Amino acid sequence: MKTKKNTSVTCITYPKELASSERSKNFSEVVFGLCEEEMLREASRCLQCKKPACIAGCPVGIDIKTFIYKLTRKDYAGAHYTIKEKNNFPSICGRVCPAEYQCRYACVLNKKKLPFASEEAINIHFLERFAGDYGVNNNLEALMSAGQEFSKYRVAVVGSGPAGLCCSGELARRGIKVVVFEGLQAFGGVLRYGIPPFRLPRDILDYEINHLKKLGVEFVPNFIIGRIKTLKELFSEGFSAIFLGLGAGTPSFLGVKGENLCNIYSANEFLTRVNLMSAYKFPEFHTPVNIGKKMLVIGGGNTAMDAARVALRLQKMQGLAADTTIVYRRTEVELPARRLEIGHAKEEGVVFRFLVQPVEFVGDEKGFVRKIKCLQCQLGDPDDSGRRRPVAIEGSDFEIACDAAIIAVGLQANQILTGVTPELKVDKYADLIVDAQTMETSLKGVFAGGDIVGGEGTVIEAMGMAKKAARAIINYLSKKT
Amino acid sequence: MKILSKEVISEAKGVRIMRIKISAPQIAAKVKPGQFVVLMVGASGERIPLTVVDRDDEGITLIFQEAGLTSRLLGKVEIGDVLYALAGPLGHPTEIADFGKTILVGGGVGIAEIYPVARACKEKGNHLTVIIGARAKDLLILEKELKALSDEFFVATDDGSYGKKGFTTDILQDLLNQQPTTNDQRLVYAVGPLPMMKRVAAVTRPFGIKTIVSLNALMVDATGMCGCCRVTVAGKTRFSCIDGPEFDAHLVDFDELVKRNRIYEDKEKHICNLHNLS
Repeated sequence: MKTKKNTSVTCITYPKELASSERSKNFSEVVFGLCEEEMLREASRCLQCKKPACIAGCPVGIDIKTFIYKLTRKDYAGAHYTIKEKNNFPSICGRVCPAEYQCRYACVLNKKKLPFASEEAINIHFLERFAGDYGVNNNLEALMSAGQEFSKYRVAVVGSGPAGLCCSGELARRGIKVVVFEGLQAFGGVLRYGIPPFRLPRDILDYEINHLKKLGVEFVPNFIIGRIKTLKELFSEGFSAIFLGLGAGTPSFLGVKGENLCNIYSANEFLTRVNLMSAYKFPEFHTPVNIGKKMLVIGGGNTAMDAARVALRLQKMQGLAADTTIVYRRTEVELPARRLEIGHAKEEGVVFRFLVQPVEFVGDEKGFVRKIKCLQCQLGDPDDSGRRRPVAIEGSDFEIACDAAIIAVGLQANQILTGVTPELKVDKYADLIVDAQTMETSLKGVFAGGDIVGGEGTVIEAMGMAKKAARAIINYLSKKT
Repeated sequence: MKILSKEVISEAKGVRIMRIKISAPQIAAKVKPGQFVVLMVGASGERIPLTVVDRDDEGITLIFQEAGLTSRLLGKVEIGDVLYALAGPLGHPTEIADFGKTILVGGGVGIAEIYPVARACKEKGNHLTVIIGARAKDLLILEKELKALSDEFFVATDDGSYGKKGFTTDILQDLLNQQPTTNDQRLVYAVGPLPMMKRVAAVTRPFGIKTIVSLNALMVDATGMCGCCRVTVAGKTRFSCIDGPEFDAHLVDFDELVKRNRIYEDKEKHICNLHNLS
């Protein structure tokens, strides 16, 4: 596998990127990795703090100080393994982590004037990606743990998203026979159907999955646990424990009039069609997707950015003028998306309209969406999330024309398994209730992590929970012996 | 996922209805009447949902009409071929009980979908009236099988080439007119083209008879992840894949679903032309 590298030396802290004019014509990765020289320069800016705040800012507690130190000493394999002690997939997280809200925000160099890290903060994610890609490019073996006393056990992992992949890696390293059951035809969960290839190239994802296969993990596609097998049946077939990484699979809608008009997609549907089913290669691939002359995306998270950037690319690839607008109820500062993605979306030509609240979709006689009625908002007092609440201004009605719209306002728990397993206790959001220490559910021997616990989070948070669960599973198995 | 058998069960006016049996012992062990599977013919294919018509220890039987590209590609698979993907069973099973008098209405390829429900209803002791219909005699399927299960059996064809000339709903209307008393112990279950199911709902509504339809909304993942199959039922948005596919016919917004099922009409025509399948 090849990762593009920049050979120029003019850039100090940021890696080169694909020119925005080139980007929007294809799905190639936008951010190139740091070249060695750039990486060394960035790593050398690290102050090697006595009490490194960055580590506390990382959901899985990567020893950031040590791995950066190893990078400065050109001990790249060492840096790689230092990260891998806490994070199985540095190549993935180095690309998709919202570092400016996590480790980089905690970095002492951050000016801390905004809810996200200032540019002075060490670009930890780019350094992580360098160390991760070093492992990919040099095919570094995963370290098996000493002692394989658990090799007689089989553990079932349900779902192959970030949590499932992470948990299976942790268990396989201890010699446990892991079988991953995935409902779709391809593995990776949201990393496959949600995150577009220009943010996470598929060869990176495939590499990590193949790597797990080399560790002995078995992957079973098209297998919907809860339908084809119950948890009880998995136990009776010899699995000693089960990990549930079910994800937050069900899209939320706005609940406004006209939302079921044709060409109104959930972001999940739009991205699944394009990313998983390759609708951007229609008709070579048979799954269609309708791209409008005027595309609207509603929402302000990473998924909204992904959907808008995909929509814009498809407009250009189909010879249309770029005309994709993101509509968000608050202002730019409150956008929950990664700053990098917001920047990229702007560079590529996505238009942002802030302080806009959708009220109703209006369609034509054939049922296709033609416009959206909106209200202008202003920011009021902070709400439960701490962000200032958008308040609609009475009488400020206006319309935005569109012929396709994508709703990216969040996800809820998918209940396809929990709905048929009443023994699994869930909260009012239908998320699984787990023991905070062990991640064990109300069902003995069944553990869980990722978005099905506590709702939507990040890839690294899902991995953090999966690691905690993996430790608890090993502890659980050791008590069985 | 291997094709165990394949046959053309009706062919007329350029329309073929096929029956295939697919090796899928694990799905077969779980599937119940009313449930469906989702499949991909090849790696570049679409995911399409199809109702499971029959099962045995080896696998499942599907019946489909060649219509769009994917169903035509499925019509081309040979015995021994292996599907790229097959997952299920999906959707809620049909609620089967002794409803007393049960009327099943099947139109076109939808006749196949009432077959497993008919068998299950018969086993529960229902008095079974089956009404099937198609455009023409040669397009009727499963007549013999359904007739054998029925206490009363009727056929309608649009062109009058067999049975009563007209629609299944004409027969249904006559039947209900003959027995106009409303009765809690009655159920009408209908599967067919959307206009037929809409008419069934209109016919039974004044009689207050519980009426269930199995909807054929477009789907992608078919596991509740995308919302492509959303349908308005009693003013609320529901997902056909996980909340359905069966709903109370009197509460479904059929007009919206008709429109939603045409979202990709142009692209479907285009891709069929490219494959010389128009």
